[in-house]
Amino acid sequence: MELVLSIAIGIMTSCGVWLILRPRTYQVIIGLSLLSYAVNLFIFGVGGVKANVPPILGNDDPSILADPVPQALVLTAIVIGFATTALFLVVLLASRGLTGSDHVDGRNEPK
Amino acid sequence: MNGWSHHLIVAPILIPLIASALLLFIDERPRVAKAMVSLASAILPTVIAFILFRIESGPNGFEGVYLVGNWSAPFGIVLVLDGLSAMMLLLTALLAVSALVFSLARWHAVGAHFHSMFQLLLMGVNGAFLTGDLFNLFVFFEVMLAASYGLLLHGSGPLRVKAGMHYIAINLVAALLFLIGVSLIYGTAGTLNMADLAARIPEIEPDRRMLMEAGAGILGVVFLIKAGMWPLCFWLPTAYSAASAPVAGIFAIMSKLGIYVILRLTMLLFGEGPSAGFGAPVLLYGGMATLIFGIVGVLASQALGRLAGFSVLVSSGTLLMVLGINDGAVSSGALLYLVSSTLTISAFFMLIELVERGQDAGANVLAVTMEAYGEADDEPENEKEGVTMPGTMAVLGICFAACGILLSGLPPLSGFVAKFAMLSAMMGTGSIGVPPTAAIWALVVLVILSGIAALISMTRVGIRTFWSSIEGTVPRVLVIEIVPVMFLLALTLALTVRAGPAMQYMDTTIRTLSKPSIYIHAVNNALPIKGVKAGTEGE
Repeated sequence: MELVLSIAIGIMTSCGVWLILRPRTYQVIIGLSLLSYAVNLFIFGVGGVKANVPPILGNDDPSILADPVPQALVLTAIVIGFATTALFLVVLLASRGLTGSDHVDGRNEPK
Repeated sequence: MNGWSHHLIVAPILIPLIASALLLFIDERPRVAKAMVSLASAILPTVIAFILFRIESGPNGFEGVYLVGNWSAPFGIVLVLDGLSAMMLLLTALLAVSALVFSLARWHAVGAHFHSMFQLLLMGVNGAFLTGDLFNLFVFFEVMLAASYGLLLHGSGPLRVKAGMHYIAINLVAALLFLIGVSLIYGTAGTLNMADLAARIPEIEPDRRMLMEAGAGILGVVFLIKAGMWPLCFWLPTAYSAASAPVAGIFAIMSKLGIYVILRLTMLLFGEGPSAGFGAPVLLYGGMATLIFGIVGVLASQALGRLAGFSVLVSSGTLLMVLGINDGAVSSGALLYLVSSTLTISAFFMLIELVERGQDAGANVLAVTMEAYGEADDEPENEKEGVTMPGTMAVLGICFAACGILLSGLPPLSGFVAKFAMLSAMMGTGSIGVPPTAAIWALVVLVILSGIAALISMTRVGIRTFWSSIEGTVPRVLVIEIVPVMFLLALTLALTVRAGPAMQYMDTTIRTLSKPSIYIHAVNNALPIKGVKAGTEGE
């Protein structure tokens, strides 16, 4: 399970990094989204990967509980990431409208 | 600090938050109403920040720990007020009032929701200065950044949208790095409360310590991006010079926020113990590289906006270098330099817009960096009548000269006092008492060179603007535009006159910072208020 999770994070991160270095704004935003998924999974992973255990402290032994803090962090990170991605999309559209190009520098590549 | 005054700590966060929400309900049309609410909510925190500052600089100093939600640390989120954060709060509030008054002349009217975003930015900045929790710091950072995205785009135009897009993309990546750093630290240390983290670092086993340090390093990159350390700084001059004048004026505090967090975390986490001095060489050499890049940039830039942008880098570079050598006496000089240079740069950004208003964009065709320029014509003309400033050119010229003196660090203004305090401490006449090493010599030379570069560049631009202006046109400047600039410059004058007490305050602050146990003790010993049930915390 840990192996699958880490490979998934690795693949998403590498794809994300490659995409944000591309010249088109659409590729950049997809890259950013992929990176943020990878980071969210990563935060989830640092709490230790456990299946079918409750995060809430009852009368159970604390060592078998899932750590609730990373889950709370992920939730906040998802909300914030979502909002900023939406904002970036708006700027992307504004840039497209103003320059007529979807190049990140607002110009077409030299022929 | 007890009774009601204890709740003052949370006020610099709450007031802008409430004001920004209130401002959304006011229609854009009656601008006066909006402006009044916004101004009131900028002035009120200034008063509060001043009271907090007075309490901090008083005899019993540091005891401002505020338990949000009445949970004791490290389980709940804490706000911590110490000498450093009180000073930064006051600085932010003063810059905010100036930038806001400046914007009332015309800038607040060129786009929607200027005041709401401005207040949210203040909330984020104040929160980041006050928080004692790493994840909470992330949240306040994001609030600040989200507001800054909007503010940078305020006024629109292709140039701002382009600069804004680069700025947003870079900061989104930085936010992801922030999360990686925070989660690595949580994974290894098991806590995100700064005081608790500092107390736990000695207990971490060596193999996990490496991961923790990696996390701290990644976290550091985020703040270095914000502070503009080379090679993470190429976005900064473009973004700052593209922003409208009052926005750039308040952005001056954002790069200092990066410096603040680095100072806070290095002193708290890596001041003593097994990880002592972690990252110091990076700060030292990175700061040097930044300073060199800034010097070259200052000399090369023709447009005033870029000159100011590179001055931000010079200031950041100097501060990072000094943090890298991590010596008490030098650091307290650096704090004075931080205050002085922030005031200067903020005033300079606003002054530039006034000076350039009189110039025909065509007169600067020869300017090397035209891309950062030529946007002055896009702004709508201000039809409203206001009181224009008499003797405009003389006043602008004096303010410009004052900025030049401050940036280059010449006497008699505070730029000189601050640089003198740093240099004399470095040369060993301060508390070190040891002969300076090669790195210190390089540092001294660079600081002096940066002053010369600023002097050359400011003189050149000043002559071109004020003495050999081909057009001879006089810009139309309103009183409420020049008064904030003069106010900020007057503050640097006050800082010079009261340099003794100011230095004393900085010394005390650095002494407190260099003993992490004081901070840890204060946070861990803060007791929840009895008789009040701890609230449930939302996310």
